[in-house]
Amino acid sequence: MKSERTPAFERVTDRMQALLVWIDARFPLSKMWREHISEYYAPKNFNFWYYFGSLAMLVLVLQIVTGIFLTMSYKPSAAEAFASVEYIMRDVNWGWLIRYMHSTGASAFFIVVYLHMFRAVLYGSYKKPRELLWLFGMLIYVALMAEAFFGYLLPWGQMSYWGAQVIVSLFGAIPFGIGEALVEWVRGDYFISDITLNRFFALHVIAVPFALVFLVIAHILALHEVGSNNPDGIEIKEHKDADGIPLDGIPFHPYYTVKDIMGVAVFLALFSAVVFFAPEMGGYFLEHANFEPANSLKTPEHIAPVWYFTPFYAILRAVPDKLLGVLLMGAAIVMLFILPWLDRSPVRSIRYRGWIFKLAVTLFAVSFVALGYLGMQPVSVAYTLAARFFSTIYFLFFLLMPFYTRWDRTKPVPDRVTFHG
Amino acid sequence: MSSDVDLGRRHFLTVATTVTGTVGVVLATVPFISSWKPSARAQAVGAPVEVDISKIDPGSMVAIKWRGKAVWVLHRTPQMLATLGKIEDQLRDPFSNEAQQPAYAANQQRSIRAEFLVLLGVCTHLGCAPLEKFEPADSEMGAGWLGGFFCPCHGSKFDLSGRVYKGVPAPTNLVVPPHRYVGDATILIGNDSGVAA
Amino acid sequence: MVKNRWVGAIALGALILSSSSVAAGGPKMEAANNVLGNVRSLQRGARHFVNYCMGCHSAKYVRYNRLADDLQLSEQQVTDNLMFVGTKLLDTMNIAMDPLDAGRWFGQVPPDLSLIARAKGTDYVFNYLKGFYLDPERRNGTDNLFLPGASMPHVLWELQGLQKPVYEAIIDVNGSVHKVMVGFERVTEGLLNPEEFDQFVRDLTNFLEYISEPVKLERKKLGVRVLLFLLVFFLFSYLLKQEYWKDIK
Repeated sequence: MKSERTPAFERVTDRMQALLVWIDARFPLSKMWREHISEYYAPKNFNFWYYFGSLAMLVLVLQIVTGIFLTMSYKPSAAEAFASVEYIMRDVNWGWLIRYMHSTGASAFFIVVYLHMFRAVLYGSYKKPRELLWLFGMLIYVALMAEAFFGYLLPWGQMSYWGAQVIVSLFGAIPFGIGEALVEWVRGDYFISDITLNRFFALHVIAVPFALVFLVIAHILALHEVGSNNPDGIEIKEHKDADGIPLDGIPFHPYYTVKDIMGVAVFLALFSAVVFFAPEMGGYFLEHANFEPANSLKTPEHIAPVWYFTPFYAILRAVPDKLLGVLLMGAAIVMLFILPWLDRSPVRSIRYRGWIFKLAVTLFAVSFVALGYLGMQPVSVAYTLAARFFSTIYFLFFLLMPFYTRWDRTKPVPDRVTFHG
Repeated sequence: MSSDVDLGRRHFLTVATTVTGTVGVVLATVPFISSWKPSARAQAVGAPVEVDISKIDPGSMVAIKWRGKAVWVLHRTPQMLATLGKIEDQLRDPFSNEAQQPAYAANQQRSIRAEFLVLLGVCTHLGCAPLEKFEPADSEMGAGWLGGFFCPCHGSKFDLSGRVYKGVPAPTNLVVPPHRYVGDATILIGNDSGVAA
Repeated sequence: MVKNRWVGAIALGALILSSSSVAAGGPKMEAANNVLGNVRSLQRGARHFVNYCMGCHSAKYVRYNRLADDLQLSEQQVTDNLMFVGTKLLDTMNIAMDPLDAGRWFGQVPPDLSLIARAKGTDYVFNYLKGFYLDPERRNGTDNLFLPGASMPHVLWELQGLQKPVYEAIIDVNGSVHKVMVGFERVTEGLLNPEEFDQFVRDLTNFLEYISEPVKLERKKLGVRVLLFLLVFFLFSYLLKQEYWKDIK
């Protein structure tokens, strides 16, 4: 398989080389490639949990591309929105595929982002010096929730309509008449109407995506500034060779590019399985009631937000007071923001933490999933009690963290990463 | 990189993955590219249109809309048809050699039945709508005029078969759209399946 | 670290489990058991839909020419059997009823049925169509077990015959007595026997499932090919990754 170096081939590569020199004199192309890809040294001991960052990038690109194509046939007006989605599903060539990719992509985005965030919790990736990296990530998460919320109104089905109605009404909890005025201002009308739909469309396709892309760039720049954490939670920069290259670091390209490509293949297979065989995902990715056009006079029997919002929705419903419920729901997200300053453990990775933290993380994960489940269920006394119980655990995980992370007996951290070649 | 690396295998797998990935990306673009083709609704709106020709008096013309453009159906009189043979030396493409019409209309009268001319009312120069100038020796067109179409935008002239005159900006004859007869008195515009060439 | 994997696995497992449970309630439903791939059934269902439903209900997102393609009917067959005079093959299955009139006659506008099977599920559609029973207190003389207070009259009564509910007194844990509907009793025979009527409704349900997502079968067929392709891509990428990672000691 030796490549033949014919004179013609040489000439072409020479030309390419010359072009690159020309560009590099005007734009830092080679420099950026080296800094962020070929000479970005990542720890060699990344495990399964480290696929989700690159996958989140992939889903972002998928959402932007499919979204652009959907806007070409979608009509952001109350009179036409629902029909235009069916037009995409039936009349536009391959419209159904583009739409299912986008609707599945929304849920896929949250799945990979939740796993990506949980990875950071497991290995203490938010701890010093990566606090800002974590904050950018949290802003991405909040932007993503906004993006999903605005986007969910667009199909103008019953769930779109009443979901928007409920979430917009949350602002109404703010006292002194501010809330009511704010709700009216957000809707631009006295109910969720054509006007609301039109502005949500603008936010969904222009404003929030812009913010998302900007934040993702900031997130990656911050990451490459401080360097990646790893499952051992130790700094690979502390042991460098004569050339200044971390001993436990490997160039991102080719090692992590080939690894991430493999991850992409697995992800795309799972993604396609949903798109082609279960795009509704049993009513969790596309809710059944959303196949009925929005009707401002009739609420569906059972309304629940899409699954990725339900943990917070469960916290909201667990509180009998409207304002307090909204505040607590907001606090649930604020907790995540201040996580870097709550954790007082001397070690990062769960591998070297004691049993208290391991128990706490397990309880937290179980509570989050349980709240997610409860948020989908109809209200009942037992479920409300359960939601209160799990909400309490959720908050205790954060509020007690400054204490139990200090009491916890940690194990000695190794000097170099553990890697079984 | 250690010396026991099989470079051939590495090279092969790199090429195989790259090629498969590229093929995948290219295949994935197909739905996006074909989503720009006319949708089922556009096709429904642009469906063939029927014209009742029994209502068109000899010497007059109707214009109907098909796919957003004017389509003319002109009922030519024997006098009008007689002009067609007289001016062939003044025309750029008198024998319809250029593919501006279906094969069944590539004749002197540029139609299936001689009396009924079906034309797209779009000037082949820059897309203006030519005017009817059916009267011979029309006051604006001059004494030698035998009847035809005149484009007001840039002065292109066409005869009563939509054939373009020499020395005008329009490069080709007016377009004859696909059409066929459904029964004796109806023309279906936009669909010519089953018409012999 | 095995433990961390476990945490993840439990979290994922719980997510999957939670998504498979569906809130149940209301009267027990029979399974529709319709087969989307059965073209004959779809053809019959299309005819039933046009004859019995389209008097009042539209399917305004469905095009006749697509119906011809997917149901393996010729354009002539569709024109002759499924279309009203004056509609064209490229039109959608619209009806001429004025929504205001409809509202006056039925109390509400009969909904468009293009997506009804997706919104409500095929089992619901199947059971709803079989669930009309005599109720002299209602304006149209019938009510529906699965949609109490249904404003739709029992359109298929000639085929099914009429049925009345059978009640049973049930004593609950608190000792109070409830009247519970336990089944139906036939009052008049229909033109079809119960098996034939089931098949009639099943075909109609099948057709409603088809029109709710005409691309469904094609989508699954394409999915198999996409997954096979991705399998090949995965194999190459896996081997490539293994090959490069030999370097890392």
